[in-house]
Amino acid sequence: MREPVTVSNESEAKSAAGAERYRVADHAPRRLADVLLRWESILVMLLIAVIIGNIVKSPYFLDPYNLADATYNFSEKAIIALVMALLILVREIDLSVAAIVALSALVVGFLGAAGYGPFVLIVAGIAIGGLCGAFNGFLVTRSGVPSIVITIGTMSLFRGLAQVSLGDQALTTYPQAFLDLGQTYFIDWPPVPLSFFIFLVLAAVFAVFLHLTATGRRLFAIGANPVAARFSGIRVDRIRFALFTLSGLLSGLGAVLLTARIGTMRPNIALGWELDIITVVILGGVAISGGIGTIGGVVLAVFVLGLTTFGLSLMNVPGIVINVLLGLLLIISIAAPILIRRVVRRH
Amino acid sequence: MSHMMIKTDRRRLLQMIGAGALGSTLPFGMMTSANAANLRIAMVVKNLGNSYFDACRDGANEAAKELGGIEIIYTAPTKATPEDQIAVIDALIAQKVDGIMVSSNDANALVPVGKKAMQRGIKVISFDSAIAKDGRIMHLNASSTALIGAKQVQMIAKTIKGEGEIAILSAASTMTNQNSWIAAMKDELKKPEYAKIKLVTTVYGDDQDDKSYREMQSLVKAYPNLKGVISPTTIGIRSGAKAIMDGGLTGKVFITGLGLPSEMKDAVLKGACDTFAIWNPVDYGYAATQIMASILKGADAGPGKMVKMGRIGETKVGDDGEAAMSEPFTFDKSNVEQFAKIF
Repeated sequence: MREPVTVSNESEAKSAAGAERYRVADHAPRRLADVLLRWESILVMLLIAVIIGNIVKSPYFLDPYNLADATYNFSEKAIIALVMALLILVREIDLSVAAIVALSALVVGFLGAAGYGPFVLIVAGIAIGGLCGAFNGFLVTRSGVPSIVITIGTMSLFRGLAQVSLGDQALTTYPQAFLDLGQTYFIDWPPVPLSFFIFLVLAAVFAVFLHLTATGRRLFAIGANPVAARFSGIRVDRIRFALFTLSGLLSGLGAVLLTARIGTMRPNIALGWELDIITVVILGGVAISGGIGTIGGVVLAVFVLGLTTFGLSLMNVPGIVINVLLGLLLIISIAAPILIRRVVRRH
Repeated sequence: MSHMMIKTDRRRLLQMIGAGALGSTLPFGMMTSANAANLRIAMVVKNLGNSYFDACRDGANEAAKELGGIEIIYTAPTKATPEDQIAVIDALIAQKVDGIMVSSNDANALVPVGKKAMQRGIKVISFDSAIAKDGRIMHLNASSTALIGAKQVQMIAKTIKGEGEIAILSAASTMTNQNSWIAAMKDELKKPEYAKIKLVTTVYGDDQDDKSYREMQSLVKAYPNLKGVISPTTIGIRSGAKAIMDGGLTGKVFITGLGLPSEMKDAVLKGACDTFAIWNPVDYGYAATQIMASILKGADAGPGKMVKMGRIGETKVGDDGEAAMSEPFTFDKSNVEQFAKIF
């Protein structure tokens, strides 16, 4: 998990002084303890514990249709979490994602009411999201104001626009073909909803991009030290702008999927999602200080949180209690590795 | 996480031991009737921590106890949004509960999940806040326009002993609810027993406390013989009552209408308001549960059918699939303090 970002580091410097002078490893040497204490390994163990716990506690958990329905409730957020992970990795954050969902859904709703077909609704929803994201990216890269400040502002702006144009009304007219996208299974057996399918595909794409391409590597460099990254020839602002735009595009996609699923648009749609999404990213092991994180971790965190919530709901644990438990889970899973590492190092 | 599960395990275990102990002491006949058909009915409300809905739950439990063999699952999302409510209902569908009663956060957004539940054999009805037509079997309104209008006229007629000038202090002039109730009041006033009551004017406080308060003050000045005011809005009635008390008019002018016990307690105890009304949430939860239980036992709750609501009586489902529970519940000196603690 905590692997160094640059190729030259202390341990290699030491070994370079010795016999293996001409050997340059692609990554730092790994010991078994390192592998076991990787954040992802801890998440895998947590996920197994959650699944076993749920199977033991509820006879309804291991039902393919129930599990497919459970994915409906987190897939849209999970899609946005993928790009949020990249933003946090480069020391940025986008708090306006849920507001972008609301504004994109508003446009989708107006176009649906005007009688446009599913294709137009999908393209328009994603495009509006992209515009909002580009606006964020423009402000962040041009003003030099931290993105947390900019996106708090645009969060109010985007949701405010939706509230002003809709008031207490709702938009509820959509073509049936559009609603079917969100309300039927994309693959019939095993049942897989479209939103979950898109999440899986995007997760694979993001993982390849972040961990196997040069541009992905550059994100780690920016996160570790933006100034040093600039001096090594990385166009930091261009990448930042692209990531904010991508964040908008995926929020627009989330808006399309959500609107198709619930068949209605209100200004309070997706309220509070930004915090749910950031929770997933942090539990996924992306350091809030930047430079550290994996897509695999974020995907695992999506499942840990999603299945924990679903399992607790199956036991009819009230939502407020679920939130308390998820908060504890987050704190414990972040604190535990640090504490364990401290103990291991002492011995 | 694991701690939490151990805890629930223990609680479950205790429950089982308790139930076992209780069961073994009960006569054999009673036990079988309780086990014969254990129906699980979920009550999904807008959000938790709302004493109005807690009162609805108490009513549901009362009905469950009365009928026997029914388990009530009371649940709600943390945030009062349709997305979170859908997740809650999905979990209930997964548990294959028998019936779901919903006070919805969005009439249209809950239609797909309501349809899905019904496709899987779960009965869905809505109460308090409706799910749109396709997503439920029927919707139970607390009352109907005609009953609400008539009730308020009856209350003021009783207070002023059937004689004198009255006025209406409404919310905004554009509000559909209030306007339809006022129309119903005017219909009721046409009856011969109200011949000596004269409706002098209707004013609008726009559901703002300060404007309602001023409108009440001007009413009293403009109509010196005014004896009663009907305010079919919780904000109008509380501000109007305050204007009466502040202006030293208690005993001369009376206000009635739709109010909340917690807000109207002082006005009732000080005499500015003799009686007021609103639906009783305990009855509401009770009636919804009774209807759900009879649907689960095979009763038809389609348009035009009569449905039974236990001690509350029966009601007819309209063509739109909606039914009205009863006339609003009356509050006065005798019960306002008790209900003020609830809502």
